[in-house]
Amino acid sequence: MSVATTDLADVLSRYEVVLGLEVHVELGTRTKMFCSCPTTFGAEPNTQICPVCLGMPGALPVVNAVGVESAIKIGLALGCDIAQWCRFARKNYFYPDMPKNFQTSQYDEPICFDGAIDVDVDGKPVTVAIERAHMEEDTGKSLHVGGATGRIHGATHSLLDFNRAGIPLVEIVTKPIVGAGADAPAIARAYVAAIRDIVRALGVSDARMDQGSIRADVNVSLMPIGATEFGTRTETKNVNSLRSVERTVRFEMLRQAEVLDGGGVIHQETRHFNEATGETMGGRVKETATDYRYFPEPDLVPLAPEREWVEKLRAELPELPAAKRARLRSEWGLSELDMQAIDNAGAFDLIEATVSAGASPESARKWWLGELSRYANEHDAELAELTATPAHVAELQSLVDGGRLTDKLARTVLSGVLAGEGTPAEVMAARNLEVVNDTGALTAAVDEAIAANPDVAAKVRDGKVAAAGVLVGAVMKATRGQADAKSVRELIIARLTAE
Amino acid sequence: MAAISREEVAHLAHLARLAVTEDELDTFAGQLDQIVSSVARIGEVAADDIPPTSHAVPLTNVMRADEPRPGLSREAALAGAPAVENDRFRVPQILSEEA
Repeated sequence: MSVATTDLADVLSRYEVVLGLEVHVELGTRTKMFCSCPTTFGAEPNTQICPVCLGMPGALPVVNAVGVESAIKIGLALGCDIAQWCRFARKNYFYPDMPKNFQTSQYDEPICFDGAIDVDVDGKPVTVAIERAHMEEDTGKSLHVGGATGRIHGATHSLLDFNRAGIPLVEIVTKPIVGAGADAPAIARAYVAAIRDIVRALGVSDARMDQGSIRADVNVSLMPIGATEFGTRTETKNVNSLRSVERTVRFEMLRQAEVLDGGGVIHQETRHFNEATGETMGGRVKETATDYRYFPEPDLVPLAPEREWVEKLRAELPELPAAKRARLRSEWGLSELDMQAIDNAGAFDLIEATVSAGASPESARKWWLGELSRYANEHDAELAELTATPAHVAELQSLVDGGRLTDKLARTVLSGVLAGEGTPAEVMAARNLEVVNDTGALTAAVDEAIAANPDVAAKVRDGKVAAAGVLVGAVMKATRGQADAKSVRELIIARLTAE
Repeated sequence: MAAISREEVAHLAHLARLAVTEDELDTFAGQLDQIVSSVARIGEVAADDIPPTSHAVPLTNVMRADEPRPGLSREAALAGAPAVENDRFRVPQILSEEA
């Protein structure tokens, strides 16, 4: 369907949007949630499985202590209460990627509940309330055969690799986000980004959306302005990039408005976001209402996290991204606008590392947002992927500060670093780019320039200092731009007026 | 406690992917009704200060260290599979044509 004819402002003149986000975080534990199988990414298919994660009869699951600890850390970082006592539950359904025919999850007793975080939307803080964060396990990976490339539609059969089945997940669920208005797409994006940054700072997940270690389910509904009851929502599953989260919200708002405007109804359904078209597509309409028949998992005893343990974990929490950003902004003496430019460029961590490596915040910012951003844009690359590292940038700047490179030479050296020619010092040596400070060599070049341009030299001697530019140019040319123009000028004038 | 209906048995059988005949629906409805009614009698003696029991042993916090251990070899894991292709479990078509 086409939704190009309506725009968000038009939709919002008639409807209020309600958002709900469920973010699945795959934990970075060494073993699975309920068995000791390794979790190495990219292992050969079906080589990290055992009777427990395959759901074989008689197998007994045991909870991974680091999985529980990670879930508690996430809960604490999100400002949640940690349950005094909670149980696991079986969520029963049949699907080929779920070998046990139930997913071990948590139902009405999540380990973390009632939290909130502030997310930054265009410089203004928005509070998102967290309903719960609970522990569960991932499913296996399906390979669909016989249809169009990898699609389940039209496939003749499917192949299952269960290495991922049983890897710990923490699912973080927001309370309904009401009143977001036109900011809804941006809030959804900022929230998922904030969760990603938090779990990364906690060190509990590698937080790679592109590898599926963070996946978002995006719930969107519209209700007429002034209505008290939420509209029917759709759930777009497994959205795996920040940009797609934002596009999903926007698309669903426009699509649902068009359906409602036409007198249609929104069906509660799961949808999928298509990266290529930027649209969401309906899945199967379920013939019966979902009936998971949750019941307490009999094979796992309840968890009652001791308060001493919880408080110890709380005390050990690292500085969280929002606090760190505020602290560094003040330490670096930057404006909110500067910080936003840094955030948008994805340069925050890089600048922090560059400052840690000894550069001034101003110079670190200048390199990453200037020359390096330009290069990254030209090569369609992320800053963090460039060959130039924070250590290189700090080294380059110290060479400039020490007078061994001019800004212009430094940019040439940097291009060598980016081309993989080595560290700044190595590039400088290999390409012979150091500033000519050797007075002997400079004096000789100056004398040559004066001898070659007697007319100009005469003018300067007569007090027409402006004419010295020609001589400076000649010296710069002779030294292949490696002299500092200002010193050269001073040297020429001193030489001519001293005679 | 309301009687278990044929429809409920049919619904449960579908959720459990069990093929149940028309005759069996009647048989199981009666049997399940008996079981549920018997268990429901516990409600007559349960006091407010006795929480529902989900676990038979009074244990909490049984956890293991995050230390990997080898599981099954791929050959052993796939040995019992009805069908195998490319070192993976092969399963029939998931979505039918009209889906």
